Amino acid sequence: MHSREKEPFVRIKRRDNIPLMQCIFIWAAAIALSLVVCALFIFAVTHSNPGAVYRSLVDGAIGTGRRTWNTVRDTSILLATALAITPAFKMRFWNIGAEGQILVGGIATAAVMRYWGGNVPTFVLFAAMVIVSILAGLIWGLIPAFFKAHWNTNETLFTLMMNYIAIQLTAFFSIVWEAKKGSGTIGTINQKTQAGWISTSFLPDVFGKFNYSINVIIVLAITIFMYIYLKYTKHGYEISVVGQSENTARYAGIHVKTVILRTMALSGAICGFTGFLLVSGSSHTISTSTAGGRGFTAITVSWLSKFNPFVMILISFFLVFMGNGSTQIASEFQLNESASEVITGIILFFILGSEFFINYKLVFRKGGKEETA
Amino acid sequence: MNVLKNAAVVAAAALITAGAAMGVCAAEPVAVEDLKVGVIYVGDENEGYTLSHMTGIDAMQVALGLSDDQVIEKFNIPEDESCYDAAVDLAEQGCQIIFGTSFGHEDYLIQAASEYPDVEFSHATGYQAATSELENMHNYFTSIYEARYVSGVVAGLKLAEQIEAGVPTDANYDADGNLKIGYVGAFSYQEVISGFTSFFLGIRSVVPNVVMEVKYTGSWADQALEKETAEALIADGCFLIGQHADTTGAAAACEAAGVWHVGYNVGMLDVAPNYDLTSSTNSWGPYYTYAVQSVVNGEPIDTDWCKGHTEDAVFITELGQNVADGTEEKVDETWAAIDDGSLKVFDTSTWTVGGETITTTATDDLADLYFGVEHISEDGSYFMESEVGSAPAFAFIIDGITELNQLY
Repeated sequence: MHSREKEPFVRIKRRDNIPLMQCIFIWAAAIALSLVVCALFIFAVTHSNPGAVYRSLVDGAIGTGRRTWNTVRDTSILLATALAITPAFKMRFWNIGAEGQILVGGIATAAVMRYWGGNVPTFVLFAAMVIVSILAGLIWGLIPAFFKAHWNTNETLFTLMMNYIAIQLTAFFSIVWEAKKGSGTIGTINQKTQAGWISTSFLPDVFGKFNYSINVIIVLAITIFMYIYLKYTKHGYEISVVGQSENTARYAGIHVKTVILRTMALSGAICGFTGFLLVSGSSHTISTSTAGGRGFTAITVSWLSKFNPFVMILISFFLVFMGNGSTQIASEFQLNESASEVITGIILFFILGSEFFINYKLVFRKGGKEETA
Repeated sequence: MNVLKNAAVVAAAALITAGAAMGVCAAEPVAVEDLKVGVIYVGDENEGYTLSHMTGIDAMQVALGLSDDQVIEKFNIPEDESCYDAAVDLAEQGCQIIFGTSFGHEDYLIQAASEYPDVEFSHATGYQAATSELENMHNYFTSIYEARYVSGVVAGLKLAEQIEAGVPTDANYDADGNLKIGYVGAFSYQEVISGFTSFFLGIRSVVPNVVMEVKYTGSWADQALEKETAEALIADGCFLIGQHADTTGAAAACEAAGVWHVGYNVGMLDVAPNYDLTSSTNSWGPYYTYAVQSVVNGEPIDTDWCKGHTEDAVFITELGQNVADGTEEKVDETWAAIDDGSLKVFDTSTWTVGGETITTTATDDLADLYFGVEHISEDGSYFMESEVGSAPAFAFIIDGITELNQLY
């Protein structure tokens, strides 16, 4: 009765639900494919065996105790940033400003380290660093949230602009605090006294000389907290309702403005705290490159993980693993560092592309058989 | 804060003199085939400064007969904590000596040096090795001011020839009848100031009535900005342009405008074939060979190393086709005088500050620049550039030079 046009060879159909196993399979396929494309790229520029190149990738990320710790350290910082932005993103508040919130937290920490380091008891010093870094990040996050809640300004642009202010502030303090007139860099803060450095020396020597175990423990605690907060608390529920629909939230009697402000305060506070972890716990300095783009990479992590904090551990580890590993490729095969960025870019492209196959399926015409990719 | 800093620098000066006498405790000799050398570059081969260090490392590799896998090079390492990661990674890969090439790498190398006392760390352009109290931390630099002075002599001869021929117009002279020249600098600090002052003194040793305008770009390598800055100086009537940055931007501007040019780091004749006169440049090979050879021999490395033309660590590049007649002879003569010590580049009788001849730098007024350290020789005849520490120290803006801006 219906004379319909010929069905297209392939159509795209939205998936309602995808079993976890299938999801993992798609990711694995994407990563495998991306490694093949990377291998082609590597072979094209180096003419060396891609197998050797991948061995050097693994070697670069976890080849020595020190490299493993560096990978773990970078993973924990990226994870902390991803956790920080997640409540905001779940609320559909596009917080692009993690970079800036980390930096102001870092500046605040550095200021306390510089001015109080060695003058006050260690406990007071650390308490002060934690409090000011959290406050700084919180304020930096609250400003755009306040404008969004009251005048519905565009938070994407607002938080982005706040990044530039934070970067300029960092550049400003780099000169105010510079190690030598004209150098424009602060150098290592409290290099001699190590005051305000997160030290693992009091721990039993299980992890060897260099480790960032305290950073890791703190970030894991934040991970568990965030999981419970989002999943089992009233706040977490309100965040997801506001994220689904502000009108529904209002109808349900949720005070949307409060939720926006509260959530961004939390998001900014964790970012500020991440700044503290970076400055006190690993880099012992502050510069415009301290956040290092993590505020943006964290969005990828949070989004790919579908806001699940435990999946974020895997994704952030994977991204850091690839990043750290590919610098070794560059060094070992006499390539420019940009080559490692190309490799990371290819892999990210495939992973992000795989999202398409997770959300949609391809339906082929022939034989009415539904084949999914 | 300041008192502390002063004390530290005085201690540094004392340690440097003592350091050489004490002899830092020597390590065990290392067989050449077991040697591993690590290098941390701030850039890559696309940028003159890093390229000159890479050339130096290559020369060392040839001199000692090292294979490629004995030299581990890390490129594009910024001046932040990633330098620390790079340094300790090189140490863990078994390098016995690690070089860092950029000023901002220093703190991170010191941190690594304190954690790996058996590995030697050498840092170019830095100043903290002596104060770090670490036996395995070293600084090195070249006496580039010697080469800048000689490149100034080349420029001066050209100016003299042009003045004789009546080429400069009224616009090229200031109100007092001095010929104006320009200088494109990177940042307003000692390394650059010492450089343009020696260049200027070289010119003035030939042509007395010259004034120089200095404009900073605030960047080590920004082709477009260096070109614009040179253009601004040319528009202001500068008859010749010197420069201290890493690209050929200024040379390109000079060739286009028909203005004489003196470069830095690399010969720029391919960019400015008609108007480029020469470039002053460093040769890092002598240091790298010396330092790595010291590791092989198990001998201590100088805490502060700074050598000039006598050790082939500085020179000027090939002269351009349009240099004045007799330049080559005059250059040889100047080098000879520098080599035998009869010519001091910063001879205090050739320059003044605010009309006064400088007799001491160890005063409270100058504490911001010299931290109470005396840089004037005992007989008061010259400023002892790079003798107290390996990094440039000269920070006076002498009469005849005007800074048009300041950028840190």
